[in-house]
Amino acid sequence: MNDIAVLGAGMHPWGKWGRSFISYGTAAARAALADAGVEWTDVGSVVGADTMRCGYPGYVAGATFAQALGWQGARVTSVYAACASGAQAIGTARAQILAGLADVVLVVGADSTPKGFFAPAGGERPDDPDWLRFRVLGATNPAYFALYARRRMALYGDTPEDFARVKVKNAAAGALNPLARYRSPVTAEQVAASAVVADPLRLLDICATSDGGAALVLSSMEFARRHGRPDPVRIRAVSTVSPTYPRAVLDLPDIATDSAAVVAPGTHSFRASIARAAYEEAGIGPEDLSLAEVYDLSTALELEWYEDIGLCAAGEGAKLLRDGATALGGRLPVNTSGGLASFGEAVPAQAIAQVCELTWQLRGTAGDRQVPGARVGVTANQGLFGHGSAVVAVR
Amino acid sequence: MARTRRPVVAGWFTDDTVPEGEFRLLGTRCSACASVFFPRADDGCRNPLCPGGGELAEVPLSPRGRVWSFTDGRYRPPAPYVSDPDAPWEPYTLVAVELAAEAMVVLGQAAPGVTTADLAVGTEVEVVPGVLNEDDEHIWTTWNWRPVPTGTGRGRPAGGPTVRKEPS
Repeated sequence: MNDIAVLGAGMHPWGKWGRSFISYGTAAARAALADAGVEWTDVGSVVGADTMRCGYPGYVAGATFAQALGWQGARVTSVYAACASGAQAIGTARAQILAGLADVVLVVGADSTPKGFFAPAGGERPDDPDWLRFRVLGATNPAYFALYARRRMALYGDTPEDFARVKVKNAAAGALNPLARYRSPVTAEQVAASAVVADPLRLLDICATSDGGAALVLSSMEFARRHGRPDPVRIRAVSTVSPTYPRAVLDLPDIATDSAAVVAPGTHSFRASIARAAYEEAGIGPEDLSLAEVYDLSTALELEWYEDIGLCAAGEGAKLLRDGATALGGRLPVNTSGGLASFGEAVPAQAIAQVCELTWQLRGTAGDRQVPGARVGVTANQGLFGHGSAVVAVR
Repeated sequence: MARTRRPVVAGWFTDDTVPEGEFRLLGTRCSACASVFFPRADDGCRNPLCPGGGELAEVPLSPRGRVWSFTDGRYRPPAPYVSDPDAPWEPYTLVAVELAAEAMVVLGQAAPGVTTADLAVGTEVEVVPGVLNEDDEHIWTTWNWRPVPTGTGRGRPAGGPTVRKEPS
């Protein structure tokens, strides 16, 4: 078994604080170290998830956080995989621990976001697909979310009311989470009254962009035992898969899919393959789950994830939601943290924050949003440019 | 000063020497495995199962397809999208179109005047030349998708979402 231990989890509350991402990441790191009972000077490696919009320091996130905490000579790594950066950081830390290169690894991601739509880096860069989709089509992230939502309505009969129900569910959970940016319950009427951003999605269907930071202290199981933590939350699988050709589902930032005329697409879409790889590595299936944290960039996308992580068959996501299965108190609560609907996106921190929530749930310390007897959790997320991200944690 | 018509991206669609009715998106096809790429791949075939040794040659894409999905942009997109910040924002429609022969989905803006109310998943559309924006020196040209105007094609869902569902 290739388990590693989660010794500590820490976050800086999500919001729009107007400070540097370094301060959020450093605060999260200190919280995770305190939670782990580990001194910063005992950390052998720092893995940072890169913050791409904030200039030079963000591109070398590992070193930036190591410097902010006080240089102590640790091995440093910085990774970038868009929204999946946090999972790659965890994956990198795990590889170092399992290879015996480090006993204790600090993983940090943090962001400070601009107001409004995410935009590509400046300049005239026609060789960058992310630049091209804005220049040629004006296709923002919500435009892609809306294409998926409309497609679900046509294929499966999902309705805007179904989408609103996701927001109502996640806002109810977020209201119980002191780390969430939005902590007020939301009604379906409020969603329906919010402005249309990209038909059929409204403002309250789409996640905000936020400031925030998240960190984990990870170690070998042997170190955890020596450290007096014989039964820690364990990370049992980390999936960082990429798509297989031909990629037949349109994905941002692409202007077209691959052609499936010559090579037939695989049995599973890219999104479905992300969790499957994690399940396979962990030797579990969706039937073993106590809870899941998925990337609800939009309300409609959360329903897509239910299907892609195997909670139900294709097209049955809205029914699962309507039945209450995925709400707190339901059979399989999804986004007990409140999800992106309550946090907003802080890209490099988000996949790490998902694992923080699993950690607290599996320890039984999630307070009012605790899933009783939680034993197994999965996170799922997808980053631009073909980055998969899923983590299985167990207790 | 006379402005020059210039494609927003070189080589992605036919130029003004071609009659409007023959306007096409341009991709490339691998001579070894017949895989088609759009946006064009010129540096090498991206099919990992390709036997290799082929060449990539320019190929026009099918002029018609069916709507895979659609949306609109109610708010001004950020740069590098070009729009007049002093003019009120006019939403435009964005369409993802499935081309049957190529078995691929291609995005594009809808032709001016086409709204989401004119579209349904499955609607037949055709590619037409369009103008993305104009500045002092250039008229930047692009492609647009437009519902096929003949017969019963316009705005009709064409029997609903008959397009193949993606694997899940």
